[in-house]
Amino acid sequence: MRLADLSSTELDKQLCGAGLVLGVGPFAFRIKSPIESVHEGLHRLYSNYPLLRGDQFADFDVTVAGGRGVRRWWRPQAIFRFDGGEPFLPLPFTHAFPLLEWAMNWCVSMHVQRYLLLHAAVVEKHGLAMILPAPPGSGKSTLCAGLIHRGWRLLSDEMALIALQGDLVTPFGRPVSLKNQSIDIIKAYAPEAVFSPTVHDTHKGDVALLKVPTDHVHRIAEPAKPRWVVFPKYAAGEEACLTPRSKAQSMLELGRNSFNYMVLGRTGFVGLSRVIDASDCYDFRYSRLDDAVAVFDQMVADSVVA
Amino acid sequence: MSDLLSSVWLADQPPVWSPWQWESVLGQARQSGLLGRLGMLFRDRAWLDAVPAGPRHHLESGVTLVERQQHEVQWEVHNLRKALRDLAAPVVLLKGAAYLMASLPPARGRLFSDVDVMVPYAQLQAAEAALFGAGWVSDERDPYNQRYYRQWMHEIPPLRHVLRGSVIDLHHTIAPPTSRFKVDADRLLANLEPLPGCEGIYVLGPVDMVLHSAVHLFQEGEFDRGLRDLLDLLDLIRHFEQQDVFWPDLVDRAHDLGLQVPLSHALRHLTRLFAYTPPVAVMETVLSIQPPAIQRVVMDWALKKALKPVHPTCDSAGTGLARWTLYVRSHALRMPVHLLLPHLARKAWMRRFPGAEKPANA
Repeated sequence: MRLADLSSTELDKQLCGAGLVLGVGPFAFRIKSPIESVHEGLHRLYSNYPLLRGDQFADFDVTVAGGRGVRRWWRPQAIFRFDGGEPFLPLPFTHAFPLLEWAMNWCVSMHVQRYLLLHAAVVEKHGLAMILPAPPGSGKSTLCAGLIHRGWRLLSDEMALIALQGDLVTPFGRPVSLKNQSIDIIKAYAPEAVFSPTVHDTHKGDVALLKVPTDHVHRIAEPAKPRWVVFPKYAAGEEACLTPRSKAQSMLELGRNSFNYMVLGRTGFVGLSRVIDASDCYDFRYSRLDDAVAVFDQMVADSVVA
Repeated sequence: MSDLLSSVWLADQPPVWSPWQWESVLGQARQSGLLGRLGMLFRDRAWLDAVPAGPRHHLESGVTLVERQQHEVQWEVHNLRKALRDLAAPVVLLKGAAYLMASLPPARGRLFSDVDVMVPYAQLQAAEAALFGAGWVSDERDPYNQRYYRQWMHEIPPLRHVLRGSVIDLHHTIAPPTSRFKVDADRLLANLEPLPGCEGIYVLGPVDMVLHSAVHLFQEGEFDRGLRDLLDLLDLIRHFEQQDVFWPDLVDRAHDLGLQVPLSHALRHLTRLFAYTPPVAVMETVLSIQPPAIQRVVMDWALKKALKPVHPTCDSAGTGLARWTLYVRSHALRMPVHLLLPHLARKAWMRRFPGAEKPANA
């Protein structure tokens, strides 16, 4: 059963009751929220995700509720609750849906040790995964959103889940979070794309979430082999430029951008070196999405022939 | 739904829980800081294979995290020892770090947040300076809080390492000097046990360790780690009682140090929650030193609620009131009223009008 099979009334009933249990890649989230924008967001962006029965096991029990007391009316708030605690400060009520997305990322990054978790986007073609680690502002999500509308499959926009045995990347594809100018760029680049309403003035600026293409969700159980680690950097007006990069330095940088590399100790080190051994590492500067697609498609072609 | 977490420690069969009960137990364990310990319990008893994959992953993640933390605590103790090498006094590890370094049972699967250390009061400044030299700097920026700790508390404000982020709580005794249960540190220092292979580093003697754990538990204002502290106590007692002298020593020492009340509360709740029974003679002595009936009834009611995991599935009518009662009590135990009221008023003011912004969201 998929979320789309649920009537709007039934969706409301689950979200306001024992929770809507949604399967997202290897994890199940029990989502509870009385907030309209959360209902709409889930309905619009998660319609293709599998739905579990209410009595099945969920990894994370996530509540996004409204503020209490005067904060229901005066500068109303949205609050994230987990295990009865409130890990974040409350946000404005209108940020409720992006808050749910951030909360879901937080749940995984804070509690999961069965994968090596890298802060990176991952896309795939021909079974080969490209890991795109990058600090915020480097255009990683924009690039990722562009690629998945030009034949690449989304594995994740935010977190690479690396298996601790073997080196496969497990998909954890969720709506791609686009910020500020990127929203209009992708709307123009992929007119067929579905977006959440834009939420203004978050701590990341304006945010809109992009729906994952249907067949990517259907293939969410298919892992991929790491083949490239590419550090992207958007540079206005520049021609696309792919430069090889030292493996050692790339490994250090990936480790620094990991949520649990230190916690996993030796296992993390071995896992990360397997990824690096299997991957060509590059820096990539670009200003046009089409250039990026051309360069990356060429990398696939070279790889498949070889 | 109820507190499933308290009952699992004594089970001799793997518990049979529905998926939803598993969700609750894991949440309760996370909130109580016991996920790693729960995972270790399942691993030690070879129960993990019987656990469905979903919850099993969480138990295993809990174990991974505590194993890493224990590794880090050992490294921090090593660094601490190096930093305090020239201190002209014994350096005493307390609580978690002591259990770990002395290979005591409560260390198994235990979650760590900081390293607790005690030095004699006369050496406090020298120890702080030496730790500063090694990179541990006071986290507390507020001058009022700095003064409050240094003037009234049994420890100075937490010291955080500038590079590694590790935190040391530097103590000069185990309870605030203004507390009803204040303890003369010299008497503890006279009874230390050396740590084999770790010259200059000590832990408290067995009975003092148990009494410290009891005082800590029942003097804390926050009970979110209460169940964990009680399990620490259970493990310590079961370990030390193999020595014949333990029980008589414990009762005598509690009497000498004036710590009978915390001990009696601790034993009562060990009996209630874990069906643990101390020797009859001990229980008789303990019953004879109990506080008056009315206090006992209130404390039993409050502790019964507060020792449950801080999780929505364990809340019942009165849970909030019980926690509040214990919070107020913990402060009343720590300080006489003429010191306490101005302090709480000041804290309330500081909370209402914070000087600095709280950190932003992730």
